Amino acid sequence: MIWFSLIVLIPLSAVIVKAKSGGWDGYWHTITNPQTWAAIKLTIIQSLLVTLVNVFMGTLIAWVLVRDHFFGKRAVEVVIDIPFALPTIVAGLVLLSLYGPRSPIGVDVAGTQKAVFLALAFVTVPFVARTVQPVLEQLDEEVEEAAMSLGASRLTTFRRVVLPSLAPAIGAGAALSFARAVSEYGSLVLLSGSLAMRTEVASVRILSYIENGNTAAAAAVASTLLMISLAVIVLVDIVQRRIARRD
Amino acid sequence: MTDSRVVRYVLRFVAVAYLFLLVAWPVSLVAKNTFAHGWSSMRTALADPIVTGSLKLTVYVAVVAVIFNLVFGVGISLILVRRRFPGRRALSALIDLPLAVSPVVVGLALVLTYNRRDGWLGTTLEDHGFHVLFANPGIIMATTFVSLPLMIREIVPVLEEIGTDQEQAARSLGANPRQTFLRITLPSIKWAVVYGVVLSLARALGEFGAVKIVAGNIAGRTQTATQVVEQTYQDFQQNTAYATSFILALLAVASIVVVSIIRPKGNT
Amino acid sequence: MSIEVRGVNKRFGDFVALDDVSVSIPSGSLTALLGPSGGGKSTLLRIIAGLEFADTGSVEIEGVEATHLPPQQRNVGFVFQHYAAFKHMSVARNIAFGLEIRRRPKAEVRSRVAELLALVHLTQFAGRLPSQLSGGQRQRMALARALAVEPTVLLLDEPFGALDAKVRQELRDWLRRLHDEVNVTTVLVTHDQDEALEVADEIVVINDGRIEQIGTPDQLYDEPANDFVMSFLGPVTRLGGQLVRPHDLELSTSDPGGGRLCSITRVTRVGFEVRVEIEVGDETVLVTMTRTHYAALGLDLGGTAWVRPVAGAPTVAGSSNAAVQRDFADAG
Repeated sequence: MIWFSLIVLIPLSAVIVKAKSGGWDGYWHTITNPQTWAAIKLTIIQSLLVTLVNVFMGTLIAWVLVRDHFFGKRAVEVVIDIPFALPTIVAGLVLLSLYGPRSPIGVDVAGTQKAVFLALAFVTVPFVARTVQPVLEQLDEEVEEAAMSLGASRLTTFRRVVLPSLAPAIGAGAALSFARAVSEYGSLVLLSGSLAMRTEVASVRILSYIENGNTAAAAAVASTLLMISLAVIVLVDIVQRRIARRD
Repeated sequence: MTDSRVVRYVLRFVAVAYLFLLVAWPVSLVAKNTFAHGWSSMRTALADPIVTGSLKLTVYVAVVAVIFNLVFGVGISLILVRRRFPGRRALSALIDLPLAVSPVVVGLALVLTYNRRDGWLGTTLEDHGFHVLFANPGIIMATTFVSLPLMIREIVPVLEEIGTDQEQAARSLGANPRQTFLRITLPSIKWAVVYGVVLSLARALGEFGAVKIVAGNIAGRTQTATQVVEQTYQDFQQNTAYATSFILALLAVASIVVVSIIRPKGNT
Repeated sequence: MSIEVRGVNKRFGDFVALDDVSVSIPSGSLTALLGPSGGGKSTLLRIIAGLEFADTGSVEIEGVEATHLPPQQRNVGFVFQHYAAFKHMSVARNIAFGLEIRRRPKAEVRSRVAELLALVHLTQFAGRLPSQLSGGQRQRMALARALAVEPTVLLLDEPFGALDAKVRQELRDWLRRLHDEVNVTTVLVTHDQDEALEVADEIVVINDGRIEQIGTPDQLYDEPANDFVMSFLGPVTRLGGQLVRPHDLELSTSDPGGGRLCSITRVTRVGFEVRVEIEVGDETVLVTMTRTHYAALGLDLGGTAWVRPVAGAPTVAGSSNAAVQRDFADAG
């Protein structure tokens, strides 16, 4: 976790230097600008929601990948990695195809907050699953058999024996997922429409500030995002340590 | 395993359904929409000089970036694994930073560093007539930064795992550093390098946010393929947008499939 | 009968792990399932535990039909070769696990855990993590954990396989004494014949998915049913198409009647034992005896002697299988 925090601390320092150039007043002014604040709030809330979903789905997917065997599983592995390799702008277009104005199933979330959630869910698909998968593969199934021979049901075994071992991996995946979601830009450009106050995310605000030549403000927003990422990383680390130690 | 069959099927169904609805179906629709009118969308797109120009630029930038990744990636990996120096951990974190940070922030960092007016390095470079921002060098730099970590992340674990035994054996048999590197080290990390090249190439082809900031959206200036997708979609030239996206998506999926096939099982 | 296994068959794909296996395990006994690796004994143990299910056949535990019951409902204690410790729980929590699952009152759990810790001599390690224990200690913890819920049957799958020879020996003795004290029906899987001979009340020899013989250690050693059992449980050598124990052959300097002429080709001394290789016709045969006995005979390398089996020595018609190769490799 330390190196991960460093990742966020280093650009933080570089960008904070710039943010400071506007002075504390400048920073505060930027953050409290209603449009910017709305963007930051939206970004963080949606990213947290998506991360929660990923913790659940990612673990489930990893479980299916490791413990289940069925025809076409290889294809599933490829599909999981697609969001990681796909250009983000293309991801936006991809989601628009099914969930936009020309949707074959009549679902249109373009320009709504749901679109933000959707795009973030898309780009963060691999993170928890891929960090949990190798740990699950290494898990000694005998330990689960021991628990069962002692009378624990499948669910109890999962909760008290397997989950604590997976907690660190899930935590790492969750941190990555959050950091990625908070940073997302390309897929939201087309899908969310970046409507001010409604579907505009922080990275879009940063871009606007840069295009308007206001790099100090851009740096202010960027450093805020980085600080929040750092806070979440630390929080996740604490929580997963607790879980791993509980039993 | 004494697993309830029902539970197993439910989990499998949920996982597959989630991935299908979120990833597989939408991605397949890009193909469907591209070829909805046969090959005409594709032909129109490829006839458009803006599209072909962007593809050329994207490929050019990506290839140069991957070459840099190869050289710097292998070099930095070796230094990270084989040398102990203060700040090693910081360097490692610095390398990985583009993975965790918004491409927009990467772009911002580059602008702050290289801009003409008050960039840390920008002013010096401009004096020598070297344009970084709003020019190809900037695009290449941004692309390299975001894809370099993928190369290094493939090579470092392999280097750590194989250890220095073989290299020491080579030295004891009289090989000099260059020979050791070429005959022992490089071949032993060959596959990691291959995966690194494929993954970082895919990333380089797909970079959008950082490139957009560094290249600027100046009309008339060549855009990258990703920028073209945005542009054409917003200009209501959806067919071209889909066609270009299809090409990019195809390359991305191909890279995953290639790695998945050549990588031996059990090696994520 | 504590455990009744009837007509169990189990295949893994094309591989037949168990072929029509039936065995009755008496209550309160310590029974060993003995055989070479891959022979099916672990599979049989796991079927009894409910960690695998037989294709056909039935399993009864203390009169209760258990064939299709999941392991949670069989009340069996299982000990694994590699301990299967709950790594993130302390030793005490590991042992308490089964009781906590059954929602026993905290006071009861505490006292029972203390009792078991004392039984396996791990009281001072109660708060440690398994990773801080040695292999032997971990296995004792695993045993305590399995015993905590007072199982009807205790099943051990090569429990000492991952331990050093010395620790293995110690734990072997300790297991026997524990069994005498606690007296729960115990089934032990092992490929080590010394272990089975030393520890078990009764031995079931399993090879290639089939039961070769069931009996007490003495019965198996002295009255082997076939060449496999004979060569698996002790050293064998072949004389005139019969398998016989090398220490059951006697050499003499004059014909004792019924003896065969042989020449002495090699003599090796290992500790108190002397191994004499002789040529009888075109067979190479091994004879072992004590040092004193050898000295008393006054034989010479290259000399001749007469050899015959000791009166009443068990012999089995030898078949031309790998058993013969074991003559010299396993003697002693």
